Amino acid sequence: MKGSKPMNRRRLTLLTTPILAAALLAGCGGTTQGDDDAGGGPAGDASADPNAEYETGLSFAMLPKSVNNPYFDASSTGAEAAATALEGAFEYTGPSDASASSQVSYIDTLSQQATDVILLSANDPNALCSSLEQARAGGSVVVTFDSDVDSSCRDLFVSQVDSDEVGLALLEMAAEQIDATGEIAILSATANATNQNAWIEVMEAELESNPSYADMELVDVVYGDDEDEKSFSETQGLLQAHPDLKAIISPTTVGIAAAARYLSGSEFKGQVALTGLGTPNQMREFVNDGTVTEFALWDPTALGELAAYTGAAAASGIITGAEGEVFTAGDLGEYTVGADGVVTLGPPTRFNADNIDDFDF
Amino acid sequence: MTALAKARTGSAGLDLVLRFRALGLVVALAVLVGVTTALNPRFLSAQSVRDLLFAAAVTLLLACGMTVVVLTRGIDLSVGSVLGLSAYVTGSALSATGMGTALALGLGLAVGAACGALNGVIVYFGRVPPLVATLGTLYVLRGVVYFIAGGTRINASDLPRGFLDFGSGHVLGVPYLFAVSVLVLAAVGVFLGRYRAGRDLYALGSNPEAARLAGVPAGRRLMTAYVLSGALAGLGGVLYAARFGTVDASAGYGMELDVVAAVVVGGVAIFGGAGTALGAGLGALLLTVIDNALPVLRIDQFWQQAIVGALILAAIALDRLVSVRAARALRTKGSHVR
Amino acid sequence: MSADLRRLARPLMTWDAAIIAVTLAFLVVASMTVEHFGTARNAGYIILDLAPILLLALTMTLIVTTGEIDLSVASTVGLTSAAMGVMWNGGMALETIMPVAVLLGAVLGAVNGLFVTGFGLPSLAVTIGTLALYRGLAYVLLGDTAVADWPRLFTGWTLGTIGDGPVPNVLIPMLVLALACGLVLHATPVGRSIYAAGANPIAASRAGIGVGRLKFWLYVASGAMAGLVGVLWTLRYSSARADNAAGLELTVIAVVLLGGVSIFGGKGALPGVLAAVVLLVSVQNALRLAHVSTEALTVVTGTLLIAAVLAPNALGALRTALRRRRTTATGRTA
Repeated sequence: MKGSKPMNRRRLTLLTTPILAAALLAGCGGTTQGDDDAGGGPAGDASADPNAEYETGLSFAMLPKSVNNPYFDASSTGAEAAATALEGAFEYTGPSDASASSQVSYIDTLSQQATDVILLSANDPNALCSSLEQARAGGSVVVTFDSDVDSSCRDLFVSQVDSDEVGLALLEMAAEQIDATGEIAILSATANATNQNAWIEVMEAELESNPSYADMELVDVVYGDDEDEKSFSETQGLLQAHPDLKAIISPTTVGIAAAARYLSGSEFKGQVALTGLGTPNQMREFVNDGTVTEFALWDPTALGELAAYTGAAAASGIITGAEGEVFTAGDLGEYTVGADGVVTLGPPTRFNADNIDDFDF
Repeated sequence: MTALAKARTGSAGLDLVLRFRALGLVVALAVLVGVTTALNPRFLSAQSVRDLLFAAAVTLLLACGMTVVVLTRGIDLSVGSVLGLSAYVTGSALSATGMGTALALGLGLAVGAACGALNGVIVYFGRVPPLVATLGTLYVLRGVVYFIAGGTRINASDLPRGFLDFGSGHVLGVPYLFAVSVLVLAAVGVFLGRYRAGRDLYALGSNPEAARLAGVPAGRRLMTAYVLSGALAGLGGVLYAARFGTVDASAGYGMELDVVAAVVVGGVAIFGGAGTALGAGLGALLLTVIDNALPVLRIDQFWQQAIVGALILAAIALDRLVSVRAARALRTKGSHVR
Repeated sequence: MSADLRRLARPLMTWDAAIIAVTLAFLVVASMTVEHFGTARNAGYIILDLAPILLLALTMTLIVTTGEIDLSVASTVGLTSAAMGVMWNGGMALETIMPVAVLLGAVLGAVNGLFVTGFGLPSLAVTIGTLALYRGLAYVLLGDTAVADWPRLFTGWTLGTIGDGPVPNVLIPMLVLALACGLVLHATPVGRSIYAAGANPIAASRAGIGVGRLKFWLYVASGAMAGLVGVLWTLRYSSARADNAAGLELTVIAVVLLGGVSIFGGKGALPGVLAAVVLLVSVQNALRLAHVSTEALTVVTGTLLIAAVLAPNALGALRTALRRRRTTATGRTA
């Protein structure tokens, strides 16, 4: 007992030293949020030549959120077709887990290989920035698609659709199926998913302002984290928590498939409407058995193709990423660069019993 | 409780702990279900109970296999990858041939048993510690699934109607899938409690040296344990495919943690020799109920993992406390006799 | 003393030497055959990628040598990272946040240590529990949001190089800490206690070593190290997220075992572990540069892990068989 006392005091000193040091440092005016100067990315220096030809022999690499994902498989088909049409080399590479840190290693590898065009769907808007800056400093063109990074870290972003259009289309489909009356809920991806949150905001604003939706009420937003099982049990939870629910909108392919599977095996089949964004291959079953009437999505293959053409156009000097520039993306036609270097694919395609068998992705 | 009473571990003290243990789990389950239902009566609706049983079926099945391995002082971290492999292989076979459900179940069992045999060989003949061996096969088998599946996905529309009906069907409100798991649980319980080979696993786990000296064929028993765990994970893969209808390369990813958690919460000692399949099953059920109750109670879903972690710590701490008490009680009793 | 030295040197002659030789051979062969592998720039990337694994492996080596395990390290990284995000959003200065984060890691480690040594619970079960608990708490703190507006002064340092040369800044703390852990394990009484505690805890206790207290402080050290890695991770990716470093514990265990540390304790040395870290990360790097798919990486990691334990076992069995044959042979001639 006697011996332990000084020991304890020494330990206490040991533990408190860093705190004291820190407090001292903080007292001298530490670095807090907002102190930092915004470090802008490299500014576009070259000017665009809209009449330039596409360069041939460019090297393309597509880096999805994770490989082993059918959605990105479809995108890579489109990008590869574009790369082949431009006589370039194409590589589809990436981590098997959807984490930002593993994407960083892949970007580093691509920038060492001096890849001309990097097509990226980002797992985090900021974590990839310093690696992307290095890649761009080495001469690579960085085009994000599907999921963007901070706009200072890339050249262009190919957006699947305009946020407003998606939000409006989702709400419209739901309203048609429930005669614009009753409680609705949203089953989203993750709580910080940039895309989904933008669409949800549009829907909320429209529900407030548009008189034709006056009888519809958004009662809940839940998150299935883009995990099948979680989305499944969140759907379950929604229906238990809200007995009068009329419709579920799920603006994510994982969510809508899980929700459809739950509904098709439950007593709510046909009673609760389900719509959202899904792939025809995953939803065919549920459209055929009557669980789902209509849903929407853009064509991921066309998205990949447009991303590759956008990257090639930037690498060839046809565009620089400034607003108003125009380029032709093969068979897809003519596209104009919007504000912040965003190129938009077009309105989403709606799928129902009449047309679903025309699509295979 | 009778099944449990029969599953004696050979020591009166341990029996006491285990009985107390299973009772504790049942009470915890009852309280949780009671509170949730009081707050939202729909939690006990037929539909909701069915959903719960669907969700519990696969974890329950894997927990049975894990119990058998953990009893021998082992662990099988590869179950998630085995499940993924089996789900994908059976799924592709089903969509290619449209074979019957029974055949699919057999195929899944076989794929799983082969993986389990691999684990067993590495552990017993390679004398590699189970944690290391199955951590290795966790990686290797997942790599194999990635390799076979790539970015493809098996969709519900690819699978035979009969198979999907098996996945979503139920008899008297009990899903077929859950019925399969309960049958397996009962069989494993009987095997562990009544059969020589099963009793040997307890012996191997509590004192490997003594068990060997007493003539327990350690190699054969260990192989049995790993093959069983693998086979059940394989069967779990088929149930997974039937329940979800969609299978991609990530099926069962990270599931080993849930299964180990269920077994530990269910009172199976991580260093072998004590525990029952029933306990592990109750552990799996409890974790599933927590999973399902959170969204119903509108508790932030981010709490789920933290609760599971706290529960594991509470469970092992409680076990320790009870066993120390029991040992002390036995010792005092012993000294009186003397 | 010389017998002691020889006993210490013997494992170095076998597995450690082998893994170091394999690592060097791989680096040489890959530099000659894989395009872009042997450049200073790539070496910089490799060092950045291996930093968190190496740091966590240092304290993990000490813990595994005592016969215990800490599966919660990656979750501790995640929780400290999430806590950093919350503190930063709360307006605290980064100079305060960094030591607090390390301290938080130490506290989380102490919780592990308390459960393992204070309550005498199996470390495997305890740290599986805290693996889930700490990761869960990270999500509770930060949910799915990311805190990204870290000052460039600090994020730049984690990515920068010494004097703009080829040597990354992070190499300094890595070397200092590796040296410190190496000295502790191989040249101090504490290190001898660690081996003794792992080889035979009962004998060690009888010899007057406070096995429980030793293990407790090793868990504290492991937690503090994870806190430090949390700081580095957050700044390197300028992103505090609850899922940072998810699953990294398996990689750390893999390199420690690959480095020749016995999972049963009492055996192993730091040089082998360091070589294993370099080997694993540079194999992954080379495979990426050579356009080999991700599947291969997963399979390679798993196979290396099993082989690391299987190979010495097989060698040992072979050696015993040979020796037996030699003794029978000499016996016959005598």
